[in-house]
Amino acid sequence: MLSIKNLKASVEGKEILKGLNLEVNAGEVHAIMGPNGSGKSTLASVLTGKEAYDVTGGQALFEGKDLLDLSPEDRAREGVFLAFQYPVEIPGVSNINFLKTALNEIRAYKGLPNLEAKEFLKLLKEKQKLLEFDAALANRSLNEGFSGGEKKRNEIFQLAMLDPKLAILDETDSGLDIDALRIVSRGVNKLRNGKNSFIIITHYQRLLEYIVPDFVHVLYKGQIVKSGTKELALELEEKGYDWLKEDSHETEAAEILLPR
Amino acid sequence: MEHRTTQINSTLYDQCIADYEVRSPLFAAEAPEVVAARAQAIEQFKQLGFPSTKVEDWKYTNLVPVLKENFELEQDAEVLTVAEALLAQAKIDLLDCYRIVLVNGKYRADLSEVPAVEGLFLSSLSDAADRPAFKQHFGKYIDLSKFHFAAANTALFRNGLFIDVKRNTVVEKPLHLIHVATAGAPTYFQPRQLFVVGTSASISVIESYVTDGAPVFVNNVAEIVVQENAQMQHFYIQAGDANARYVHHTEVYQQANSQYNNYKASFPGTSLWRNNMNIALDGENVESHLYGLYLAGGHQLVDNHTIVDHRKPHCNSNELYKGVMKDESAGVFNGKIFVRKDAQKTNAFQQNNNMLLGKKAVVDSKPQLEIFADDVKCSHGSTMGQFNPEALFYLKSRGIGDEKARALLVHAFAYDVTEKIPIPEVQSHINALIDQGLK
Ligand SMILES: Nc1ncnc2c1ncn2[C@@H]1O[C@H](COP(=O)(O)OP(=O)(O)OP(=O)(O)O)[C@@H](O)[C@H]1O
Ligand SMILES: [Mg+2]
Repeated sequence: MLSIKNLKASVEGKEILKGLNLEVNAGEVHAIMGPNGSGKSTLASVLTGKEAYDVTGGQALFEGKDLLDLSPEDRAREGVFLAFQYPVEIPGVSNINFLKTALNEIRAYKGLPNLEAKEFLKLLKEKQKLLEFDAALANRSLNEGFSGGEKKRNEIFQLAMLDPKLAILDETDSGLDIDALRIVSRGVNKLRNGKNSFIIITHYQRLLEYIVPDFVHVLYKGQIVKSGTKELALELEEKGYDWLKEDSHETEAAEILLPR
Repeated sequence: MEHRTTQINSTLYDQCIADYEVRSPLFAAEAPEVVAARAQAIEQFKQLGFPSTKVEDWKYTNLVPVLKENFELEQDAEVLTVAEALLAQAKIDLLDCYRIVLVNGKYRADLSEVPAVEGLFLSSLSDAADRPAFKQHFGKYIDLSKFHFAAANTALFRNGLFIDVKRNTVVEKPLHLIHVATAGAPTYFQPRQLFVVGTSASISVIESYVTDGAPVFVNNVAEIVVQENAQMQHFYIQAGDANARYVHHTEVYQQANSQYNNYKASFPGTSLWRNNMNIALDGENVESHLYGLYLAGGHQLVDNHTIVDHRKPHCNSNELYKGVMKDESAGVFNGKIFVRKDAQKTNAFQQNNNMLLGKKAVVDSKPQLEIFADDVKCSHGSTMGQFNPEALFYLKSRGIGDEKARALLVHAFAYDVTEKIPIPEVQSHINALIDQGLK
């Protein structure tokens, strides 16, 4: 579904992603962990087409299409979704109106007619229930005055409404209380259908206990330096990242010593 | 002479002066109040002339190009036919209202639905001459020594509308006034209105403006009296084409316990919109709200000058004007709040926020407070901004295209104003005009 090869990207002239490789197949859940500032959110931003980021090398194919060539809105319409680490507040845009507009734009892209008001409401109710998302929040302005946790839940609510093929969750767990974490994870698990894929960026093993990943990757200094199964997350929880940092220094040194 | 630099020499000025001379023998047939007002006004106009940019209040609005176009002063016109399609341009979908049509200022009963409401009187200004409310209020409230165009209008107006809402009369359905301006050759019109909302009466008036592409320069004056405990909801919806120029003066006089709310929305088209909006809060417990939304485009100039004059204690005023400036449009906002010595316990707030979308768009914003009382709460401020790139990206990341995303953000920006519009059909109409104006 998603195939990233040797992806390099920089922001304000500073290289952040330094040759990143990742393969995600349909139906898989991949977790990405890694220390602060290693480039996790940058990867998410580059994949969704945020302007400030310059791709300087490599490629990212989504279902065979060059993702990096598409506008942000077309990436979303193709089925890429990002649950933001820091969702934006947009006073004056109602959550519901926003969702309806987004849904219909995606449908129009696929050549489908607008959703009837009745169908939209039905879908809204269904997903609200799935995620135990407060109807009062759905009716408010987009994220305006939402608590940190409420914003994160709204991201997942939008995910449920838009039903993307690939969802990237950037630290959705941070800011969620224990109950909310369980509810959100349960919701995400129910949304899994064997065809859609998830990339879950997190610092904590706890989320991965609920949403069990097929693969765990460590992103360090703009590269994936280690990949494994869910046991790797446990190991990281125990040992931290230092042992990997040493490894990575070695590889960097090796690269310098042994020109290819 | 020194003051000449504050005036623009133009044939239109000469025409105005000559018109007064020619018509003054005929004025004798009018109400004595009108005759006196005209005589005083022509003297003021001779002093003031048409303002140049040397006049502080006209610093950013240069009338020279307009006056160079050689507009002819309106004459006593025959009754013109008006295409229904033209009136349809101003129609507000689904709104149940009384349609009142004015053509070049002239009230046209034949095109209007005359409201059959007990206590509501509506006629042309010339038919109102012996109504007590007319005699009592006509020409009483505007300081003609300060307002060039109001002086010209008062001296020379030909046509107008009078609305008198009697004591305790509640007019349920809004009146929708459609102002049509049409002419063969470039013409300068000076229509006038007087609305008197009597004690404990209430009314909603919506005013829309249409032109048929004719080059017109309209100098409109409206006097509005909101008597004790009365309420008025007043809407201006301004859209037109580039051949139309408007200078609008609205003078509101409020008595104790009254409420006056003005909602003004203007859109791309008309190349010049100058609005003078003055409100005097001349009684205790008066409430006034001024909401403005200007969406400007092309080379349009939208100039809003407001004065909120707190004369008595315990009054509240709130003013919020929001501007969205596209292309090479120019905006002017000048808001003065006066709180006089007597006006203790005043709450007066004023905000002007602008979104500059065009790289060459400009706004000159000047909020002013002059406070002579000591126990008051007042604030003012103005801001300039652009699209928030984070918000834009957030919307796009959900599949919303660039144009729609920008439109959503403009609606969001305007929302503080549009949400205040108390008639849902008018609100939808204005939201649709925003979408249209953004295209
Ligand atoms: N717009 C930007 N301007 C300047 N620097 C940026 C920008 N975006 C990211 N960076 C820098 O790029 C590096 C990677 O940031 P990124 O947000 O991708 O880290 P992260 O792995 O998501 O960290 P965290 O775990 O703290 O969320 C950091 O050093 C950050 O300061
Ligand atoms: Mg991050």
